[in-house]
Amino acid sequence: MTAPGTRSLQELIRSKSPDADGLVRLTVDEAGWRALAMGCRDSLYTLSALWHDDGTVRMALLAPASRLRAIATLATPGGAYPSVGQYHAPAIRLERAMRDLHGTDPVGLPDPRPWLDHGVWPAKQNAAASPYPFLAAEGDSLHQIPVGPVHAGIIEPGHFRFTANGEAVVRLEERLGYVHKGIEALCTGATIERAARLAARISGDSTAAYGFAFALAVEAAWAWVPPTRAILLRGIMAELERLSHHINDVGAICNDASFVTIQARCTLLREDILRTASRCFGHRMMMDRIVPGGVTVDLHADGIATIRELLQRLRSGFAGVIQAYDRSPTLQDRTVTTGVVTAELAARFSAGGYVGRAAGRTFDARAAYPYPPYDNVAFKVATRGAGDVDARIGVRIEEIAQSSEIIRQLLDQLAEASPGPIRAPEVAPCKAEGAALVEAFRGDLFLSVRLDDQGRVARLHARDASWFQWPLLEAAIEGNIVADFPLLNKSFNCSYSGHDM
Amino acid sequence: MRSLLLNALLKGSAVIAPPKPEDEMLAEVAEALGKRARRRLGRSLAIREVDAGSCNGCELEIHALNNPVYDIERFGLKFVASPRHADVLLVTGPVTWNMRQALERTYAATPDPKWVVALGDCAVGCGVFAGSSACVGPVSAVIPVDLQLAGCPPPPVEILKGLISLMAESNRKSV
Repeated sequence: MTAPGTRSLQELIRSKSPDADGLVRLTVDEAGWRALAMGCRDSLYTLSALWHDDGTVRMALLAPASRLRAIATLATPGGAYPSVGQYHAPAIRLERAMRDLHGTDPVGLPDPRPWLDHGVWPAKQNAAASPYPFLAAEGDSLHQIPVGPVHAGIIEPGHFRFTANGEAVVRLEERLGYVHKGIEALCTGATIERAARLAARISGDSTAAYGFAFALAVEAAWAWVPPTRAILLRGIMAELERLSHHINDVGAICNDASFVTIQARCTLLREDILRTASRCFGHRMMMDRIVPGGVTVDLHADGIATIRELLQRLRSGFAGVIQAYDRSPTLQDRTVTTGVVTAELAARFSAGGYVGRAAGRTFDARAAYPYPPYDNVAFKVATRGAGDVDARIGVRIEEIAQSSEIIRQLLDQLAEASPGPIRAPEVAPCKAEGAALVEAFRGDLFLSVRLDDQGRVARLHARDASWFQWPLLEAAIEGNIVADFPLLNKSFNCSYSGHDM
Repeated sequence: MRSLLLNALLKGSAVIAPPKPEDEMLAEVAEALGKRARRRLGRSLAIREVDAGSCNGCELEIHALNNPVYDIERFGLKFVASPRHADVLLVTGPVTWNMRQALERTYAATPDPKWVVALGDCAVGCGVFAGSSACVGPVSAVIPVDLQLAGCPPPPVEILKGLISLMAESNRKSV
């Protein structure tokens, strides 16, 4: 049992050694739980996830400076526990969602409103959920602009409630949960194969990353060691996924500033990546290719050559894009100083990916807690300080170059590696748990599984990077004009499905 | 200009040849249209995309239709911002309870004659999400569906084939 008082993770963990997944597991009492929440508030460590599991609440904590991470568990027999959100705002939506899905009672949570529960689930009619009470914004000449859930473009559904004074946004409030599919509930009792397919569809754009995270978590739980070739192939797929989205995003952001030609070029490069992926791995988005125990498809000499050629084309093709961006002051006029995320907020919300790294954070799961193959490749973590749309583009541009470098290194390693299996033989199932932190293109995603001795999933929890990015979008739009919202939103490119699950 | 011409000669165009409508899909649409209102639409269909619960994989491939390789607008197909301007609702995802009302309202806001395409395994039969208490069911459980395009996600060429067969059919029958 941990005594109260906020202390560093190092002191809390003391002599406890980490499990196979690198996480130290602690059991705390209510006072200890509160102390951890206050420690998150005081930036002694960062909150990575918060979830309910079979009569307990659990939080994952990271202290990248000391390379430590932990999962703290508090027993909640009646469902009540001290709210983390009352001390540490980033936990508020996590706790609202948990209350909707599991009936937990976060005592002291400042926001009584439901989050994922819109009051229409047949099993749980919730009159309190409708109509949803948006936060008030009062003053002369303010008007509201409701947007969504069905948006004008081809994007996922969500509701944005703008309060504007003329063109200037005074407040934006998001309402999400429209694409809640009950993925965690579906995973409970599912076989590993089925749960892997579900995990790969938590957010389709990060399918390789989620497949990767699920595989790592299961492998950690069962001490299942994937073959070397599989590890290299996972890295190649994960980086191809990152490349495809970063390039697409740069184009899409420019498109929202009316630079259609840049987008056309970027979509061509993206299509090239997808076709190459289809040729090499049999699926344009590489869905279901990364599985527990290894991967399902090998890459031979011709495939290696195909991807090397792709990287060549991307290098020259994207150089033109960067040049066009750099030489267009009217474009930068839209992106520079637009939608600023402050370093303070990025740090407090431990915003992952380009949102955090464009605002001074240096966290990248591949570098902070390297998982194979990233423990064996050299790359630089891209960072910027301005926190605006331009900085988020800048981080992506640099990461595109870094990802290409990583793929080159992995291809070299693969070419030298001796042929062999791409999937380890199955291991005997046992009751165990494992977790993983994987850097998806959008940011770090956390995934934890608890498995039973029948080879089934007893509990799966995933926390998309979007959870800690969506709230910052509300802050970043403040004082900007309504017309800049699409630009800003695109520069965040948060996942609705990854968030709603 | 010279480098532009040289590039065009050396690299060729980025677009693909238009796919032929598939017989099976054509038959499915023909049957659906036989029962419903039709009207001459000219060589164009305006499409409103609705994500009713998708994982966003289908959206990525629908987006790809707009890239210069597929260049969907040259076939007279175009994505529009409002259901009021749409002939076709292109719906993805298993329909979640939280999206049901929005989907019904979007359908109601689309003027007749209209067609509904359920795109992707989830829209067709809930895909991996079948059995979830958070989902109503496939698109056909909420609004009438004219064409089903399976796949997880269906690649752009397959989506294009389906949409072209829908358009060919709506034209042929209305002349």
